[in-house]
Amino acid sequence: MITIENLYKKFGTIEALKNISAEISKGSITYLVGPNASGKTTLIKSILGLVKPTSGNILIDKEKLNGNFSYREKIGYMPQIASFPENLTVEEIFSMIKNLRANTKIYDEELIEKFYLKKEFKKRLKNLSGGTRQKVNACIAFLFDPEILILDEPTAGLDPVSSSILKDKIIHENTCGKTIIFTSHILSELEELAEQVVFLLEGQIRFNGTISNLISSTEKQNLERAIASIMNGNNDEHSS
Amino acid sequence: MSILLKIIRYQFHDISRSKWIIIYTSFFFLVTYGLISFSNDTSKVIISLLNVTLIIIPLVSIIFGTIYLYNNKDYIILILSQPIKRNVLYLGLYFGLTIPLALSFLLGVGVPILLFSRDLKENFEVLVFLFTAGIFQTFIFVSISFLIATLNENKILGLGLSIFCWLFFSVLYDGLLLLVINLCQDYPLEKILIGFTILNPVDLARIFVTLKLDVAALMGYTGAVFQKFFNGNLGNFISLLSLLVWLVIPLLLGIRKFFKKDF
Repeated sequence: MITIENLYKKFGTIEALKNISAEISKGSITYLVGPNASGKTTLIKSILGLVKPTSGNILIDKEKLNGNFSYREKIGYMPQIASFPENLTVEEIFSMIKNLRANTKIYDEELIEKFYLKKEFKKRLKNLSGGTRQKVNACIAFLFDPEILILDEPTAGLDPVSSSILKDKIIHENTCGKTIIFTSHILSELEELAEQVVFLLEGQIRFNGTISNLISSTEKQNLERAIASIMNGNNDEHSS
Repeated sequence: MSILLKIIRYQFHDISRSKWIIIYTSFFFLVTYGLISFSNDTSKVIISLLNVTLIIIPLVSIIFGTIYLYNNKDYIILILSQPIKRNVLYLGLYFGLTIPLALSFLLGVGVPILLFSRDLKENFEVLVFLFTAGIFQTFIFVSISFLIATLNENKILGLGLSIFCWLFFSVLYDGLLLLVINLCQDYPLEKILIGFTILNPVDLARIFVTLKLDVAALMGYTGAVFQKFFNGNLGNFISLLSLLVWLVIPLLLGIRKFFKKDF
């Protein structure tokens, strides 16, 4: 369970997050949505400890984050941009990450098989296409069978086949009880995957609830229009 | 600690395969080979090597280090999302870069000396000083470059600062020092000059090696004062210590900033 209490973050004079409070329950899939620069990535990075909040707290399984690092063993993170040391091979990247997380001994290599990554293992990362890098990126996030998965635009740059493999994997992991947080700009993915929606706008949570709640509260006929209606600011506080 | 060694190991693999490091090694190899082939005078070869070393190593280290941190930003984020302490990652990146660079210099200069020169082996002591100076330059300037890259998010600004920093220590500092000496030539400045030399890691390394050679005798009264200071135990100790300070302080400041930074 992830609890966010009055999280506030300021970069210079820009307020990226303005006193956000939310609770993400164990085993849920949460879709984090919002226009560009609404604070999605800052929120994700705060949970990962990459961004240090100006004030407020984040608790993971009731344990407060304050500069400790071992909690990240529970988290698998797939960043938006996949970047690795250029001259290492795919195989070395996997063995390196495994070495760095030596406490976890059980590996989930299902995605490596499904993406047929074994045949790329001897290639250097600089010679890989963007899509293949993204696949490596996804495999690393799922590799340690973590309790919490944080996926930042997971299907961006993937072909339709790989993208559906990844979505199946996300759904499968969720049925196994994993907590999943993801962001995306593709709304069909949201309808396919998510239960909970957290809508961020200018650093504040504008909506937090289930998809059906979101549609009914905005009185629009479908999700796309409901989201557009909140983005335009026609919707006042609908937190539930 | 073992995590640190693992990071260093993979960084080492990455960098030692980069084409730049191969070019860097070949450069030293060719220069050393060239100098040995053209000159019979051992101390001239060493002085020329020293001058090349003290221009090239700081330049390559500081630029390579800055670019390296900027280019690997997303990769650093990926590693930081693993259960790893930030200072361990910083040190891992640091040693993972400095060790291949220092080895590259050692091989590039050392191999041709071993293969082609008989005279230089007799000057073993001076060579050890030359290698020490080169290795220190690598560690010091990578440490400064990491500090600059950690402090500045803006790539262009960071790179500009790095180049300025190199220019300052390699060229401008000596010019300013000469100006001061010229303006105050009526005063006994020898002791003060020792102080100013210690403040610049490049000058320090240069004096440190030059004074082990016979040419130091040609440097007049200042040379004598310097020789007395730098050849004594206290002088050696102080110069090594200040080289270490030049290495450790930017490194610690960099770690401190890296620890607090938002990625």
